[in-house]
Amino acid sequence: MTAPMDVPGDAVQAEPEAVLAGMGKAIEGRSLRQIAWMRLRRDRVAMVGGIVVAILVVTAAVAFVLDRVFGIIPTATFNQSLIDPDLQIPKGPLGGISADHPLGVEPVNGRDLLARIFAGSWVSLLIAFLSTVMSVVIGTVLGVVAGFFGGWVDTLISRLMDVFLAFPLLLFALALAGVVPDNAFGLSGDALRIALLIFIIGFFNWSYIGRIIRGQTLSLREREFVDAARSLGARAPHILFRELLPNLAAPILVYSTLLIPTNVLFESALSFLGVGVRPPTPTWGGMLSDATQYYQIDPEFMLVPGLAIFITVLAFNLFGDGLRDALDPRAR
Amino acid sequence: MKRKRVMAAVAVASALAVGLTACGGGSGSSSTSGGGGAAFNAAIGKVFNPSETKGGTLRFANSGDWDSLDPADMYYGYEWNFARLTGRGLVMFASAPGQEGTKLVPDLAQSLGQSSDGGKTWTYKLRSGVKFEDGTKVTSKDVKYAVERSLDKTVFPDGPTYFNDFLDLQGYTTPYSDPSPDKLGLKAIETPDDSTIVFHLKTAFSGFDYFAALPSTQPVPVAADKGADYKKHVVSTGPYKFSENNLSKNFTLVRNDQWDQSTDPNRKPLPDQITVQLNVNADDIDSRLQAGDLDIDIAGTGVQAAAQGKILGNPAQKQNADNPVSDRLWYAGINGDVAPLDNVHCRNAIEYAADKTSYQAAYGGPTSGGDIATHLLPPPTQGSENFDPFPSPNHAGDADKAKQELQACGQPNGFSTNISYRAERPKEKNAAEALQQSLGKVGIKLTIKPYPTSDYFKLYAGKPDYAKANGLGIMLTGWQGDWTDGFGFLKQIVDSRVIHASGGNTNLTVKDPAVDALVDKATTTSDTDARNKAWVDVDKKVMSDAYILPGIFAKGLLYRPANLTNVFVNDAFGMYDYLALGVKK
Repeated sequence: MTAPMDVPGDAVQAEPEAVLAGMGKAIEGRSLRQIAWMRLRRDRVAMVGGIVVAILVVTAAVAFVLDRVFGIIPTATFNQSLIDPDLQIPKGPLGGISADHPLGVEPVNGRDLLARIFAGSWVSLLIAFLSTVMSVVIGTVLGVVAGFFGGWVDTLISRLMDVFLAFPLLLFALALAGVVPDNAFGLSGDALRIALLIFIIGFFNWSYIGRIIRGQTLSLREREFVDAARSLGARAPHILFRELLPNLAAPILVYSTLLIPTNVLFESALSFLGVGVRPPTPTWGGMLSDATQYYQIDPEFMLVPGLAIFITVLAFNLFGDGLRDALDPRAR
Repeated sequence: MKRKRVMAAVAVASALAVGLTACGGGSGSSSTSGGGGAAFNAAIGKVFNPSETKGGTLRFANSGDWDSLDPADMYYGYEWNFARLTGRGLVMFASAPGQEGTKLVPDLAQSLGQSSDGGKTWTYKLRSGVKFEDGTKVTSKDVKYAVERSLDKTVFPDGPTYFNDFLDLQGYTTPYSDPSPDKLGLKAIETPDDSTIVFHLKTAFSGFDYFAALPSTQPVPVAADKGADYKKHVVSTGPYKFSENNLSKNFTLVRNDQWDQSTDPNRKPLPDQITVQLNVNADDIDSRLQAGDLDIDIAGTGVQAAAQGKILGNPAQKQNADNPVSDRLWYAGINGDVAPLDNVHCRNAIEYAADKTSYQAAYGGPTSGGDIATHLLPPPTQGSENFDPFPSPNHAGDADKAKQELQACGQPNGFSTNISYRAERPKEKNAAEALQQSLGKVGIKLTIKPYPTSDYFKLYAGKPDYAKANGLGIMLTGWQGDWTDGFGFLKQIVDSRVIHASGGNTNLTVKDPAVDALVDKATTTSDTDARNKAWVDVDKKVMSDAYILPGIFAKGLLYRPANLTNVFVNDAFGMYDYLALGVKK
């Protein structure tokens, strides 16, 4: 990596403690990355968020292996003996919590909630992660190209962004999820539904990050180091990928962490509307959707997936905020 | 009347309730005027709190809105029930408890229809002395005009199409473009004099009186008809007339001083005034009913889940509730177009393997879900017979029998197929998952496929090509008859000739010429008892084909505040009879 990642003077001025902390010992040079990591570590809220995120990711990975590879999570086992036949809600307090079912059971069929929340975690997180990656890749490439080249290229891409921003995404998602056949692109069943959700969420959300990256690129391309590279004879690809992109790492990273929770919610919304992954595969949004019928008589059923989504979104948001503060203190 | 509800209702998939009566009609002599006789199901099969006291205001609320207040443009059961307050058709369902309520009685006509020409011509004589609310005499021409306008489905898209389908129209479409000066150009209906009306049908039909009971036979004066705007002021012939009508908000009925008790043996109107509030939150309606701020939830489909918990858990409230069984069947069509279900033994395997108790739980259990069904004709239907061609212990499925059938079908290890349901209906999703469980136990693997409710019949399950190409072996649906006889219930779901390749079908799976022949026999049988028997034969034949897996006969929990008098469930509508209700002042 070349010059841009070296410490510019203003970063040091903005955070004098960072310098003072080093006093007493031999003064050592720190890279921007090291400084950002120091700042992040001091931000307790962000660290808690980060730890929760890490736990969630590990949980989801374990759930995927247990559910899809070994198929041992009892997500579909009915326990109708635990259900009150008159009201069709779980017997006992708090949604039928017991030693066998620590989070209680579903109304009507008595499926174990813990098993479904656990198995649902990989679906929800996988969709959120991959769709974020998709948005970020498309948004970054088009944003950088638009910002760097300007002119008609910029006009074209910017209008394209406007179109995507104005797109009635939810309606389109509902329509698309409805018309896609059961076997398409060599996929079928859950794999197809998950791929479809990733595509819908990822492909139609890139314009937000695209605009941010375009704006950053517009200001960066006028900076001295770009002029310097250009005067040294660097061609456009070199400037784009070696000079500009590394400087965009911070906004891309921050925006990604903030986009993930949005996508968790969006997946939930689509599952809630019944176009998500098909039953009986559990997803958090789908469970929340099921719970809406029972919220007055069995509120615990709504609380469990609701809390799972809440904690995930909150953790990612706190971590993302902390990361932004650490990488770009001026934005505080 | 309720066909449209099956296809279009979204929010509440729960039951319309109809009383199952073992004991005959007659008024509840045991209950005293103080309401001391309140008990669970006290208004089923008998009159609860009988009263002759006039006066007071009867307060209705509706969580939705009418299709239209225009009698030509309504298809919900509660609308047909309520329409008898403001209008008099040729014939009506008796205002009586239990099965008595499914009997037709002459209303505007002096007697039920006289058929001639082998059931192709039907003649009615009108009572004399019936007047519109402005004092004008009602003539047979007003009835003819009312039926004529109901033929126009572009102006009145919501009403039933029986007159369109059965009258010998000879190309007549609408009175609004009728060149004849009196707008009465339709040749299929004759009015030889002011008190006689004659209907000519394309094909013989022995149950024409049920058509004559449709609200679209309530007379409409030509001068007052403003097409679709007629709903703003429907001209009354019944005991009540509109005094205030704010569409989509509320309306008020007051006594019609031109209605004469001596011309009307069927009605004994008690309240002086009737108010109806529209688009009220459903849970709000329930709590106001329990608090006594409202008298009736007009939809008649039963209380919401939250109120149900409170009512069933509290004996003081439970005694004010009724839990009648309706003429609605929730069922699964088994698609013979999809291999290996073209083999009757594979279909039988599904019938045996299905656990009906979890099907019942999916729709809300025995109270708000309904009773387990083992055949098609619901108990309130005239002449319905109870039989179970695929018995299993406690209706929980018989895995051994199912495996034998799988052997016979040549699929000893089971097979895979798809099950479709309406995505917006959580109860159908529950049912799909329940069937996936119980059929999975014998090796029949189901993949669950939700489709949007609005296009379920038009593009997916109701479109034979689509269902076949996408391997929809089992399709969840529900059905409620337009009226409580075999024709009203079975015709649209078992006659293969009502299936159109273009979609929109309600008969999803039953394609058997033998069934069609039995339907024809039943349709043209003129003796009522023999006709009812013939419909039971249709039921039995369809079940032996195993094209339908019956699920449950729906039930709902109705609440009657202590304020109400003269309360009973009318089997024809599956809810309280709105014509009879009174209130304590």
